[in-house]
Amino acid sequence: MSAKSRTLLLTGGRVIDPSSGIDRDMDVLLQNGRVAELAAPGVLKASSRETLNARGCIVAPGFIDLHVHLREPGHSHKETIETGTVAAAAGGFSAVCSMPNTSPVNDLVEITRWTQHPERGAAVRLFPIAAATIGSMGEKLSDFAALQKAGAVAVSDDGKPILDDTMMRDALTLAARLKLPVVQHAEDTRRTAGCSMNLGPTSFRLGLRGMPNAAESDIVRRDIALARETGAHIHVAHISTAEAMEAVRQAKRAGIRATAEVTPHHFTLIDENVGEFDTHYKMNPPLRSAADRDAMIAGIFDGTIDAIATDHAPHAFHEKQVEFERSAFGITGLETALPIAVTVLHHHFELPLWRIVELLSSGPARVFGLEGLGTLAPGAHGDVTIFDPKKKWTFYAAESRSKSRNTPYDGWSFTGKIVATIVAGNVVYAS
Amino acid sequence: MTAPPHSILGTDQLTVLEIESILKLARRMDPKRPSQLLRGKRVVLLFYEPSTRTRTSFEFAAKALGATTTLITATSSSIEKGESLIDTGWTVTSLGADVIVMRHPNSGAPYLLSRFVPVPIVNAGDGLHQHPSQALLDALTITNHKKKLQGLRVVIVGDVFHSRVARSNALLLSKFGAEVTFCGPPDLVPDLAATIAAGVFVCHDLDAALRGADVVMSLRIQKERLAGRAIGLEDYIADFQITPQRMKLAKPDAIVMHPGPIVRGLELANEVADGPQSRVHEQVANGVKTRMAILATVLKGTR
Repeated sequence: MSAKSRTLLLTGGRVIDPSSGIDRDMDVLLQNGRVAELAAPGVLKASSRETLNARGCIVAPGFIDLHVHLREPGHSHKETIETGTVAAAAGGFSAVCSMPNTSPVNDLVEITRWTQHPERGAAVRLFPIAAATIGSMGEKLSDFAALQKAGAVAVSDDGKPILDDTMMRDALTLAARLKLPVVQHAEDTRRTAGCSMNLGPTSFRLGLRGMPNAAESDIVRRDIALARETGAHIHVAHISTAEAMEAVRQAKRAGIRATAEVTPHHFTLIDENVGEFDTHYKMNPPLRSAADRDAMIAGIFDGTIDAIATDHAPHAFHEKQVEFERSAFGITGLETALPIAVTVLHHHFELPLWRIVELLSSGPARVFGLEGLGTLAPGAHGDVTIFDPKKKWTFYAAESRSKSRNTPYDGWSFTGKIVATIVAGNVVYAS
Repeated sequence: MTAPPHSILGTDQLTVLEIESILKLARRMDPKRPSQLLRGKRVVLLFYEPSTRTRTSFEFAAKALGATTTLITATSSSIEKGESLIDTGWTVTSLGADVIVMRHPNSGAPYLLSRFVPVPIVNAGDGLHQHPSQALLDALTITNHKKKLQGLRVVIVGDVFHSRVARSNALLLSKFGAEVTFCGPPDLVPDLAATIAAGVFVCHDLDAALRGADVVMSLRIQKERLAGRAIGLEDYIADFQITPQRMKLAKPDAIVMHPGPIVRGLELANEVADGPQSRVHEQVANGVKTRMAILATVLKGTR
């Protein structure tokens, strides 16, 4: 991904760049891996070889996914950094932030560096999130400063939430000093043991133990209180309950540094969709009630939500197609995020496209402080996502670039499709 | 692929007509008069969880119809060596099974298998979820004593949360217009239970629930399930044991049922378990007839 002295002119598109307040037809010139210039249509000139026609499309800052599981090192039968980032490119993401729950857990500078090594073959920018505690065991903090220096953009024990108040306070105190966000998968695992879906009528009907909303929202409230106390930045991963959303809303009003991401599945699907034990609808946090799903939409509209993140969680067939309670949590999501956002949020709920672009670019860039990303301001990195918000198409899991096929969206029809993904001025995906 | 097999996975998936047809067939079945209706058919009993009553019942049922049975249990097979459910299903099917009768500790396991193997699956109990053959034999027992299910007041007392029998019965009975009341302490009978179907209610007061009841179904209480809960054993007995005195609140012709095994002196007083209103032994006998009807239905495709 080294910056090449290449020129690329994106013509005829509608530029939406929330960070600059731009939403109009413009041409974009990328040069030497950076954004060189934006101008009215037809003003900038380039050879046809160096021109990409974006007519009828939205030209947006490259999308950033704050939450993906690329499974390397250790679980390359599910995904590799290469296959996961190729799927990211196909989904319009020019940058992804990878969670540390690999094997071994990414709690060391060596592992953080290994994931970023060119030999991994990443197709898009990769920003590692390092483990907050050694082995994500919740007992001893990892070396935040060294990990940050090695490229970690945040710390998290995703999947193994830090329950101990003192440990969480220590993590936030250290992170505050380094201006490093702490990402929490908010789940009081003491109250969710043996649970495989949301607590509600569906879990009762299916005879499955259910996770109560409070197991998420109580941890979110505790973390917000600790963030206020320490001055740290708490980022709530994959928020899923109305109560947690309200807690983040209040925290923001109170000026506490709390941010939140929501997944496409949590603003689209509900627990009833589990149907008759369909493990493609099993994830953690689980799909919640319709009221919670509506609260996700409300949080997206009123600005409580900072980013859409996929929680892309690939699993092999034999890990997913087993008894529901024994099936792995998680679904893939990189290639379906934009189509779902446009179909559900824009076409159904009439959310303006600029807000979708914000939630996928400038929003996430701001959450992790990614300089020169999520913006098309001249001088910024030449990362661009081009999508057609009106294109109707059908997604088939078999055509996915991910190594895994665990998606509930196989055969779903969407309106809105990625046309091209550009990283540092290079086209890494074109449909 | 031929037409999809007729599995019996849950009572919610059966139509009123299908249920009536199974019950009608069951009434005609006589385990003591063997037939050759299913001669040459191979019934595999795939049991991932210990069971005496249900397993024996299906075994007798299959044999009374001339079918052969093979029992595969989790501890005496490749299942113990880590074979996946789908692979086990394929193995059993490839060996020539015509139907798989399955008991599994995980809710939904038979649904998974039914999506992957080309033979019918009969759910013989999956986790906390369903036990359709029990609900069908219970319906047979009830209809032997009551004209019709519609309008009956059925009380299901005990550990509803952990009971697949409660779920299957509530889903079946409510389909016919019976009114089902789940009764027990809030820990074991969450208010959520009433959402399972229209016509299903939750009541935490046994006396109130029993008033005017036509059918009283008692569920087994596992003592270990009461451990660490808000309600202790003594309290449970005091508040929820079905006693002769309490039975006076129900209709005079009310019947008492229990899926077994009964924990005597806990959920049921001896006088009730052995009393004139008890239909517990009849239930067991009806079990074989009902399972004969179930096997005949899924193997003959007459559903």
